[in-house]
Amino acid sequence: MTTQSVAVPGAAVQAGPSLRERLANATPFIVLIPSIIATLIYVFVFTGWTIYISLTKSAMFPVAAWQGPKAYSDLWSNARWIIAYHNLFLYSVLYVVGAMAIGLTLAILIDQRVRAESMWRTIFLYPLAVSFVVTGTVWGWLYSPDSGIQALVRDLGWTNFTFALTTSKDTAIYAIVLTGIWQSSGFAMALFLAGLRAVDPDIIKAAHIDGAGPFRTYSKVILPTIRPIFIAVLVVLLQFAIKTFDLVVALTAGGPGLATTFPALYVYDMMFQRGQIAQGAAAAMMILAALAIVLIPYAFYLVWRRRREARNV
Amino acid sequence: MSSSAVAANDAVFDAEAASARRRYVISRVVIYGLLIFFSLIYILPLIVVILNSFRDLPEINHNGLIAWPQSFNPIYWLQAWDTYCVGGTCAGVKGNFFNSLAMTIPATIISTLLGAMNGYILSKWKFKGSEFIFTCMLLGVFIPGQLSLMPWAYLLGKMHLTNSVYGLILIHCVQGLSFTTLFCRNFYVNIPDDLIKAARIDGAGFWRIFFKIIVPISPPILIVTVIWQFTGIWNEFLFGVIFTSGTQQPITAALVALGSGGLSVHAYNVASAAVLIGAFPPLLVYFLGGKYFVRGLTQGAIK
Repeated sequence: MTTQSVAVPGAAVQAGPSLRERLANATPFIVLIPSIIATLIYVFVFTGWTIYISLTKSAMFPVAAWQGPKAYSDLWSNARWIIAYHNLFLYSVLYVVGAMAIGLTLAILIDQRVRAESMWRTIFLYPLAVSFVVTGTVWGWLYSPDSGIQALVRDLGWTNFTFALTTSKDTAIYAIVLTGIWQSSGFAMALFLAGLRAVDPDIIKAAHIDGAGPFRTYSKVILPTIRPIFIAVLVVLLQFAIKTFDLVVALTAGGPGLATTFPALYVYDMMFQRGQIAQGAAAAMMILAALAIVLIPYAFYLVWRRRREARNV
Repeated sequence: MSSSAVAANDAVFDAEAASARRRYVISRVVIYGLLIFFSLIYILPLIVVILNSFRDLPEINHNGLIAWPQSFNPIYWLQAWDTYCVGGTCAGVKGNFFNSLAMTIPATIISTLLGAMNGYILSKWKFKGSEFIFTCMLLGVFIPGQLSLMPWAYLLGKMHLTNSVYGLILIHCVQGLSFTTLFCRNFYVNIPDDLIKAARIDGAGFWRIFFKIIVPISPPILIVTVIWQFTGIWNEFLFGVIFTSGTQQPITAALVALGSGGLSVHAYNVASAAVLIGAFPPLLVYFLGGKYFVRGLTQGAIK
């Protein structure tokens, strides 16, 4: 290499770029290689691998014996998976609507030129810095009927007060919904607030001059302009919901019975507890499919918006 | 205009001003009332856990978890740290805490450095196919952890990295690469290309430009990335619980093992202290770098 690089300059020009120059030109690519390999393996090989496993007879250990899509049909006829899937659906709707509603409310409240703005923001957002495990554990205690919120209210005199979400099969899912909203609404708030701050002050002034009250100003003027933020928050929260795992494990461990089992718990259970790896892999693919249903239209939406903006500018 | 008419006019104005003033006061009361109401919901769980970590158990059992403390005893923190039994071993959560540190710090540093290099290359040294590589890395952000469980289990087994912090470091580096690259690339894209071109004309190469131009303006994005990675990796649970066990587990996995008593009677005070120990590092990072934390959040979400 060194001998090459001190070669006569004229000769190097005639022979095209020298090895050293070529090496210098290739440096970015060479530096990138480890990351490229890691990414390609992580994104494509791992996904392909899991698809492949889902099409084999893998039980306790991964095996190569092909069985076609049987794991998928088994999955969709498994009562446990149906419960998990229904739970995910119910949870996603309530959690996303709840977190967005509260997040928007908080953002609008903070947007009213309140004092100590950063203090409020810090309070509403800190749950996001804490792990789902910590949140789930602590809320599990608060829901505990003997010593949590129910006990407190009964001690205050309302002896018939009942708030024991986690102990009943019918209500345990709502405990997870409430806790999920508690954890994530600050996140929605932060994004909404960033959106509200980016709204052109002139159109707000114009609305005031036209005599619109604060409610109409928000509902007719401000909120429609931050529609992209709504969609972004929606997509991110749906992603969180689909990946829900830690929170449920820490809060209810999927119980009572199977009442709060989720797709991500099902994967874990099939792969590492029950020795049905193929079905676990099939369930993991379903999680990926759910994410794709959310993210692919979003990607198209982003492209469409960018094109429209490019046309308008 | 007669003086009585002026007085009447003033009175109308006064009445209007007074009612506007009243409306303003009422709206302020409603706004601050709601803010305080929501704040209490957000903050009370934290306060309850902090108080319970100092309360004696008989008192908790008698008065419930949410009650004004009658006792103050810091011994439970010591027990949680040093002697409490988690999953058969009675050495507190200190080992798990150090596991989490040993996992989080290297994984954060490595993934951030790689992300900065990648971001620099993918924004300033584009080559044929670099956009495609960036798109692949973007996909990595969205892939659910469940999908990579079996492949990781196999690879870690082959590399003799199961039940070890090094295995988790590897996983978090590979997984984190997508996020850190995305963050840094979106930051570096806004650096004017002319600046780089001028440097190249002056004879500066790849590394010189990186260290003389890119690194000096990088602190904001590096802080965002480090905070994001640190909290994310520290709080991660799935890989920790699956690929490690017992004394090798990070603290999130240990906390679940400790809380798995479920609704049965357990030492709420020691458990509260343990939970706070597990929540402390990311909370510290959040309170020190809150501004950057929010910035990372909004970038990670919208871009």
